[in-house]
Amino acid sequence: MASRLSTTIAGIELKNPVMVASGTFGYGKEYQGLVDLNRLGGIVTKGTSLEPWLGNAPDRIAETPSGMLNAIGLQNDGIDSLLADKLPWLRQFDTAVIINVVGKTVEEYAEVARRLNDVEGIAGLEINVSCPNVKHGGIAFGTDCELLGTVISAVREATTLPLIPKLSPNVTDIVRMAKVCVDCGADALSLINTLLGTSIDPETRRFRLANITGGLSGPAIKPVALRMVWQVAQAVDVPVIGMGGIMTADDALEFLLAGATAIQVGTANFVNPSATMEIIDGLEAYLDRHGVGHISEIVGTVR
Amino acid sequence: MTASPSTGTCTQSAEILQAKCRVLEHLERAPGIRRLALDAPRIVSQAEPGQFVHVLCTPSGYDPLLRRPFSIHYADRDTGKMVLVYEVRGRGTKALAERRPGEVIDVLGPLGRGFGIPETDDGRPFLLIGGGIGVVPLYFTARTLEARFGADRVTFITGARTASLILCQPEFEKHCRDYHVCTDDGSAGFHGFVTGRMCQCLDAGEMCAPPIIYACGPTPMLKAVSKLAKERNLDCQVSVEAKMACGVGACLSCVIKVRDGDSFKYVRSCHEGPVFDAGEVIWE
Repeated sequence: MASRLSTTIAGIELKNPVMVASGTFGYGKEYQGLVDLNRLGGIVTKGTSLEPWLGNAPDRIAETPSGMLNAIGLQNDGIDSLLADKLPWLRQFDTAVIINVVGKTVEEYAEVARRLNDVEGIAGLEINVSCPNVKHGGIAFGTDCELLGTVISAVREATTLPLIPKLSPNVTDIVRMAKVCVDCGADALSLINTLLGTSIDPETRRFRLANITGGLSGPAIKPVALRMVWQVAQAVDVPVIGMGGIMTADDALEFLLAGATAIQVGTANFVNPSATMEIIDGLEAYLDRHGVGHISEIVGTVR
Repeated sequence: MTASPSTGTCTQSAEILQAKCRVLEHLERAPGIRRLALDAPRIVSQAEPGQFVHVLCTPSGYDPLLRRPFSIHYADRDTGKMVLVYEVRGRGTKALAERRPGEVIDVLGPLGRGFGIPETDDGRPFLLIGGGIGVVPLYFTARTLEARFGADRVTFITGARTASLILCQPEFEKHCRDYHVCTDDGSAGFHGFVTGRMCQCLDAGEMCAPPIIYACGPTPMLKAVSKLAKERNLDCQVSVEAKMACGVGACLSCVIKVRDGDSFKYVRSCHEGPVFDAGEVIWE
């Protein structure tokens, strides 16, 4: 039965199209016991940098209507800890492990990719291009065509692993950004990352996040994400991984119908750790209910 | 005087559960304060004092979206009953307040590291300090200390702005040798902050030996208690509170600042905490 959900992204074989999104699932261990990691199509790890990153001061989150803002600041223990502890632990599971890569400079992204290139147990690299570029006044790599092209090209040269840029939605034309990535050697695309926002407490007249701005996620952003996935899927020839507010199997199906080959579940993990398991069951049930032989038959079939 | 070696906070539970728990009772205890009893045998069997559970307050719908963390007030191993006491404060707790007996609530737990309670008896007494709603996890703590070492060894000091905000007094009086109330306005007990009453306790020889301190309450209180404990070289553990999303250590939302050599780092109050050794925490 499970084979009815199998899919392939950039040569990465997934037992089903349901993955967990970077930054919402740690390195898997945090959800051990709550989620059967062997049932997941894939795990995208927490964003990992060359050196450990401290992260932002708290408060780091603010709840918003049907969503949340976060400004964690990509706190992580760095690549040495990934290689020494986290990845060896993850290797025991039968699921695709995709490492999310972050950097403050083009060189840092490339160096992380280079060091991961020949490591056993890594199915691919997802490149978080929403990090601020310290050499260009903190502008996010993913919001500038030229910077985006430079970072993706540099990572492409550094690795033979499947390369999956994760697109920022905070741009005027996401299709243009998607094409830049494909032209620079991307094998697939993840979209969308969080939408930039903020929140103010009227009682204290202060911003709710210490960082002032943060990334909006959760059901509130799903319509925006779905529109972008639909636009990009039509415009590029590489597979698209869709994400943004997916809570249920119906949400996942919307993304698949819009043209996503696979999906990622993010904020829903916080609300309902069983969300991924319920979505996998729901996709199976949908195939039965609609007499569809294989999940790939519905991808991009919105009428 | 030298402090005995730190007892350390308790370790995380071996297994975190996502359980559907039936509401047994749900009553208003004081204006805006509710007591929720849940049938949660599997969580209760593992729960330690100072740990918390992460509760889906809305039965359906996405607003509010996130779970809410609640300290465990009491976990009854004999009956499998878990009691939460909470203040109705925001959208999450308002939604939770609507849940009726017989309904089923989705609960994650037990979570985090609770108070480190000595495995062996070194003769020290225990001084519990609870501010406002912060008394909640100290009840489970007091009951556990009573069962292991006897109520004679447990002293409780609670503080609130005014007499009507002192919570759970009868329960604590039953399970502690000494129970002291402090109010900011002098409407009951000691007129002043808990640290003032603590100094009296320590100076007047009310404790048989230098105590181990367990504290939970608002940040200014924890900061003051930590400072006093440091001045007096006393072992002190504090339970902190932070805005939280996942509750299991994945999202890194709920961090607090702790010492890291000469510098600092951010650690998760849901995983490394919520109970920390007072000396570790850098109060802002």
